[in-house]
Amino acid sequence: MPTVIVDGKDIEIGAEERLNCIEAARRAGAEIPHYCWHPGLSVVASCRMCLIETGARDAATGKISMVPKLVPACQTPAKDGTVIITASALVKESRARVEEALLIDHPIDCPICDKAGECLLQDYHFEHGQAERRADLHPFTSRRRDVGPTVTLFVDRCVMCTRCVRFAREVSGTSELMVINRGAKEEIDVFPGYPLDNKLSGNVVDLCPVGALGDKDFLYQQRVWFLKSEPNVCGGCASGCSITTEHNQDSVYRLKPRENPHVNKWWICDEGRYGWHHLHDQTRLLAAAHRTPASASQAAVGFQAVEWADVVTGLRRDLKVAKRLAVAVSPLLTVEEAWMLCAVARSIDPQAYLAVGFIPRSESDETYPGGFTIRAEKCPNRLGVESVIALFDPAVHHWEDLLEHVQAGGASAAWITAAYPTSASDKPWIDEETAAVFAGLECLVVQDFFESPLTKHAVWRLPAAGFAERAGTWVNAAHRAQTFQQAIRPPAGVWPEGRLLWNMLGRRGLYDPVAVRQQIAESSATFAALAGVLPATGVDLRLHQLATP
Amino acid sequence: MQPFSPVLLEAVGLPTGHTLASYKSRGGYAPLEAILGGKKPADVVDMVKASGLRGRGGAGFSTGLKWTFLPKDHPGPIYLCINADESEPGTFNNRILMEDDPHQVIEGTILSAFATRASTAYIYLRYEYPHSWDRLQTAIDEAYTAGYLGKNLKGSGFSLDIYLHRGAAAYICGEETGLIESLEGKRAWPRIKPPFPAVEGLFKKPTVVNNIETMACVAQIARRGVDWFRSIGVPADPNNPRDPGSYGPKLYCLSGHVEKPGCYEAPLGITARQLIDGPGGGVWKGRKAKAAIPGGISMGLLTEAELDTPLDFSGPGKAGCLGLGTAAVVVIDETVSIVDFLHNSCRFFAHESCGQCTPCREGTSWSLQMLERIKAGKGRLRDLDLLLEIGTSMGMMPGSTICGLADGAAWPIKNAIQKFRGEFEDYIRQTNPTGWMVTEPVSRLAIVATH
Repeated sequence: MPTVIVDGKDIEIGAEERLNCIEAARRAGAEIPHYCWHPGLSVVASCRMCLIETGARDAATGKISMVPKLVPACQTPAKDGTVIITASALVKESRARVEEALLIDHPIDCPICDKAGECLLQDYHFEHGQAERRADLHPFTSRRRDVGPTVTLFVDRCVMCTRCVRFAREVSGTSELMVINRGAKEEIDVFPGYPLDNKLSGNVVDLCPVGALGDKDFLYQQRVWFLKSEPNVCGGCASGCSITTEHNQDSVYRLKPRENPHVNKWWICDEGRYGWHHLHDQTRLLAAAHRTPASASQAAVGFQAVEWADVVTGLRRDLKVAKRLAVAVSPLLTVEEAWMLCAVARSIDPQAYLAVGFIPRSESDETYPGGFTIRAEKCPNRLGVESVIALFDPAVHHWEDLLEHVQAGGASAAWITAAYPTSASDKPWIDEETAAVFAGLECLVVQDFFESPLTKHAVWRLPAAGFAERAGTWVNAAHRAQTFQQAIRPPAGVWPEGRLLWNMLGRRGLYDPVAVRQQIAESSATFAALAGVLPATGVDLRLHQLATP
Repeated sequence: MQPFSPVLLEAVGLPTGHTLASYKSRGGYAPLEAILGGKKPADVVDMVKASGLRGRGGAGFSTGLKWTFLPKDHPGPIYLCINADESEPGTFNNRILMEDDPHQVIEGTILSAFATRASTAYIYLRYEYPHSWDRLQTAIDEAYTAGYLGKNLKGSGFSLDIYLHRGAAAYICGEETGLIESLEGKRAWPRIKPPFPAVEGLFKKPTVVNNIETMACVAQIARRGVDWFRSIGVPADPNNPRDPGSYGPKLYCLSGHVEKPGCYEAPLGITARQLIDGPGGGVWKGRKAKAAIPGGISMGLLTEAELDTPLDFSGPGKAGCLGLGTAAVVVIDETVSIVDFLHNSCRFFAHESCGQCTPCREGTSWSLQMLERIKAGKGRLRDLDLLLEIGTSMGMMPGSTICGLADGAAWPIKNAIQKFRGEFEDYIRQTNPTGWMVTEPVSRLAIVATH
């Protein structure tokens, strides 16, 4: 194994790994400050913050010969015998100079800057800078430049790391951003008439190490030190990007990508990034409701709010009476919820017809030059739900099959879990004509996020939870299962599906997705990999199946 | 000093010196034909290595050695770039060569391309040289017609095309990797090294970048021989094993406050004073020199007492300057304020810094701000300490920036403050009698636009 010597400490790295000195030093617990380097972008070595001293240790004699100059750690590969010195007097002096230089033209408007609190310029200045300002003071300027529909640029705060420019060239491949002017007058800009409007544009805000690029959606909404963050998974499409939900007092403020080399690397798309507003939409369903008398023909009769305890008993009773049950398992439900739903349905009607719910789709997958893919399938867990249904019924039915089944009179009751975040102002996920298929049923249970043509026919109209309000496991289009915790509590009056089903199964205490997951893993080969604690980046279900015959 | 007749500049003054006929009548292209007639590329490399020719562009790196860095048995293409982006202030030797004897440059280029097995050569010409463009392009056309360029030159199997490329007037394009980026159509931001251009240069292929004057020297070495070349100049210092010596004739660009400014050819090792008093006709108006730039503004400053420094590749370094650079000697007479000199120098580098590396981008701009304030009568003694700190740190520690521009910007600051500190202090005390001792940060002045 190659050995790298970081500040006198021997660190072994993998033989096949191609690490630079920043990454190698990180293994040893030494942080080398850097602005322009990012693992997902090309190396430019221009910020000069990561300058370190390096050398090589002779394998035979153990003699160390140092390079007589500072080298950028980002550009220097860590090989067997590489010596890295991260905090010599020369290195510290060089860092202090770079920090001082970066602040000469910086407005230092931290009190009104959104980045304050998570700004590398602040952090590094505190750690590596010098206390005294020696450059001339200049009038405070904070020019704001609109570079696109999602991003605004605070020109004076920029440290010219060019991460955003490289992102637009290398990852999104759209090249909207560029450097204009020269020397200290350099600025980031777009060409007139060609704004930064690609579907990955929000990532440049995450990439920006300082407060130069601001997210219009998040700007001035919340100070970052108030935010709590929860590792989560994006439900926007079948890619299942790893994200962090940042929230405060049960309000989501922003979503950020979470590094996952198997799924999304460091990026998420704007659709996912801004796809949380439905959680706090005023028009979402906020209470369980029942229509009395339970007759679908009397559509004019309004809904009446019911207690959840009554839902738990009433639902089972009504469905039992109606007998032949058909269930649509929404591809937005977690594996645990889907499994419990199937279990509940089969306990009510042992012959219950189980089908994967409606799968929203766009036209086609979109893959970007950097390898990032936005899937056409706009739901996070189709594969998971299909695998769960397969545990109960070898023939996995889909939404279209379910419609035919109901039309053919195969069912007298239906339980449609939906939870689609298409608000009333958008085009609803189901049209009137399709919804009418369910009109004649004895009992229709609809669990949805917003009112839709289908909820009009419902006897039980139950609110659904949003993605950040769930806990459980989703299986993405590449068969990777990722678990996540509940980030925020749903609004009062909303029970996440899992809680309702847990109670309907008659299990005690609070809904515990971990217990359900353990039970699924133990009882099925498909989900065997879900046993125990999963890594934050998830597991590939197929790989595990191959490994365990 | 031994009598010396110009070789590189032999065509200067001839009315038709720039034509192919004139060049051939002086013995031109005969060595090329001889080499194409039976020599191997390695022979030319060996010849140039043996001559001890060091690059004339500024860094003084051994030309033959540079060629050997190219990967062996590379399937190609290999590119040769000729740097004619002569933008160091005070330098104009490439222009004289391109305008008055373009065929000498072209012959050297063909020989160098043959030696490096390059089949395409680009001459990167600075924008402000339209006359050079005309002369070079005409000469290239003549060379094509005469069969010195094109396919299968003189039946040797070697082919070469030369393309003339006009830059857009930026100092940084003279840096070899900045030049390559610019040639590729990108913003001229110097590249990080490694990989060096010899391994991965223009269009990601092995590339050699040489100066125009180096090409002329290659042509003369081929014509007059290695021994002739080594008979001129300063031999290697026997006490310094790392000194490869400074051989051959050199074009010195003498300008500033001298009676007869111009481009003069002299053996390497002529002192600044010999140059000023000999061909330069002395400091103008009977005045005394105060200082001189030894080889382009980025090399620093020689004081009057240091004018006896030999201008070879190691001489200016011994007098506390960066080096010989482009051998552009700019003389400053005793009436000039050194504050003005440094202000002008800082303004140039702040304007020309490409803005890629933080120390250079901010350091050049900061030093200009301080000089602006000193010039405006609001200087403080503390500014001199800060300037000196910039002058001794920015780019000085090897590796602190990607290219050498920061280094070049720092040397004039460092030399001016170290060698003329008294004058700066007097200036500040006199122009700012109430505030010269202030040490706290003060408000910044609005900078006068540089362009």
